[in-house]
Amino acid sequence: MIKAKRKPIEEIFDLIKNYTRVLCVGCGGCTSVCLAGGQRETLILKDDLSHMFKQKGKTAKLSVFVMERQCNPEYLSDIENMVKDYDCVISAACGAGVQFIAERYRSKPVFPALNTMFIGIDRSTGLYQERCRTCGDCQLAYTGGICPVTCCAKSLFNGPCGGTNADGSCEVNRDIPCAWNEIYERLKAQNRIENILSIHPPMDWTDKGPEILVQTGYENRYIKK
Amino acid sequence: MKSGSNLEKVLYAGHFAVTTEFGPPKGTDISIVKNKAEFLQGKVDAVNVTDCQTAVVRLSSIATSAILVQMGIEPVMQMTCRDRNRIAIQSDIFGASALGIKNMLAISGDHHTFGNQKNARKVYDIDSMQMLALVKRMRDEKKMLSEETLIQGEVPMFIGAAANPFAPPVEFRAIHLRKKIEAGADFIQTQSIYDIDKFREWMKIVCDMGLDKRCAILAGLTPLKTAGMARYMAENVPGMQIPDSLLKRMAGVQKEKAADEGIKIFCEQVEQVKEIKGIAGIHIMAIEWEHRIPEITERAGLLPRPVV
Repeated sequence: MIKAKRKPIEEIFDLIKNYTRVLCVGCGGCTSVCLAGGQRETLILKDDLSHMFKQKGKTAKLSVFVMERQCNPEYLSDIENMVKDYDCVISAACGAGVQFIAERYRSKPVFPALNTMFIGIDRSTGLYQERCRTCGDCQLAYTGGICPVTCCAKSLFNGPCGGTNADGSCEVNRDIPCAWNEIYERLKAQNRIENILSIHPPMDWTDKGPEILVQTGYENRYIKK
Repeated sequence: MKSGSNLEKVLYAGHFAVTTEFGPPKGTDISIVKNKAEFLQGKVDAVNVTDCQTAVVRLSSIATSAILVQMGIEPVMQMTCRDRNRIAIQSDIFGASALGIKNMLAISGDHHTFGNQKNARKVYDIDSMQMLALVKRMRDEKKMLSEETLIQGEVPMFIGAAANPFAPPVEFRAIHLRKKIEAGADFIQTQSIYDIDKFREWMKIVCDMGLDKRCAILAGLTPLKTAGMARYMAENVPGMQIPDSLLKRMAGVQKEKAADEGIKIFCEQVEQVKEIKGIAGIHIMAIEWEHRIPEITERAGLLPRPVV
C-alpha cells in the first residue's frame, strides 16, 4: 500500500494559520493503515493544531472527519454538507486523495497534512519499506522477486555496479543490501541464474503525463471507438 | 580496426598497454587541464577523462577530452548513466566522435549522493550494459536506439567498460564481465587491484571462460600516497579492498617516505600483474597525481611507450 508521513506540524500550521474554521479530513485507506492519516492520527493532528493556535493567542474552530477513502467519488460526498461551514480543508490522505478533494470542492483551499512517501510493505508496526516504483512494466519475474528499479539505488537492469561493499551492502547506504547481490543469491538458490545472463534492453519509461488505466473488461465503457 | 585509436592499435599490436586517469578542474580554467596533461604526454597510451567523478560537478568529460585531442594526447572519454538520458547519451557520443574522440568508457557513475549536488534528480534511464550495446550499435550498424534509419556519419569508438572482480556477488562478476563483452566492450579497465593473489584467481576464471580472447583486460592499479589514504580507501571507497599487509607496510614508513613506498608497491604490482595470463595492460588511477606519472611510469619500466 501507499505509505505516508505527517508533515512537520509547524509547516501545516503555517498553511492554515490565517483561517479560523478548519476541517481536518482523515482517510480510512492506505494512510490509515500506515498510521499517518487515520482516525487516531487525524484527531492528534487537530489537537496539535489547536495547541498551536492557543500558543499564538488565536482561536479557531477545528473539526475532524475520517472518510472511508479519499480516492473514491462516493465517499468524497460524505463531507459535502460539512465543507461549507469551513474556510479550508486539511487532507490526511495521500497526494491522490488531497487532489480529489480539491477537485470535488473547487472553491475551498485544500492543504496536505502528509508527505506521500512510497508504495511499500509493513515490516512491523510503524516500520515500512519501499518496494515498488510503479514503473508499469513489472520486472520481478526474472529478478527473483526483488525489484531492481526500486531496490537498486541506480535502478540497474543488468547486474550490480562496481560499488557493492564487501559485506554485500549498497555503496550508497551500508544499512541497505545491494539489490543485485540479493537477486543473484536468490536466483542461485532457485537454480535460475540463466534469468540474468542475457542483456536486458533499455526500459520503456514512457511518461505522457498523468496516466489513465482502463481495467480489462471495461474498455467498452471508457474507450471511444 | 574498430576505431583506429592509439589504444586499440597498441593492444592490437600486442603491446602491454598503459592508460591513466585525468580529473578535469571544477571550473573553466583550461590552463589547469593543459598544465596537468603535459605531464602525461608520451607517458601512456591513452588517458581516461573522468565524468564528474564522485558526482562532483567539473568541466565536462567531452570538452576536456577534446582539449586533450588538440594537444595530441589520446583520451578515453568516460561517460556515466547518472546524468544523461538516452537522448543526451547518443547526442554526446555523436559530439565526442565529431570532436575526434575515439575511445570511451561506459560506466554507471558514482551515485549523486556522494557528490556536491546531493539533491539532484538521478537519471539512470539506461544502465552501463545498455550503453555499451547502444554505442556498439551506433558504431557497427550505424543505427541509434529504437530507429532503423542509418545515422549520418561514422562513430569509430573503441568501447570500454569497467569491472570489479571482488565485490559481491563475487561468483557473478566474471559472468557480468562476459555480459559486458557481449554488450559491446572491446576493453575492460578493472577497479583498483591490491590483492594480486585474489585477482590472479579471478583472472583464471575469466581465462577459462575465454573472455581474455574476446576483449583486452587492463588491470586497475592505484599507487598509494600515504598511510592515511590507504586506510581511507580501504574503509570508504565503494568496492575497494586493500589487504592488511599493504596497510601495515604503508603505516610502517616515515610520512615523507610514504609516497616513495607507495610507488615501490605499485612497481611490484606491475611486475606481478604482467605475469598474469590474460592481462593486456594496466590502468593507472593515480588520483590527483598526474604530475608524478612520468616518474611512476619510468620507475615501473613502462617507458618508452610504443609508437604504432
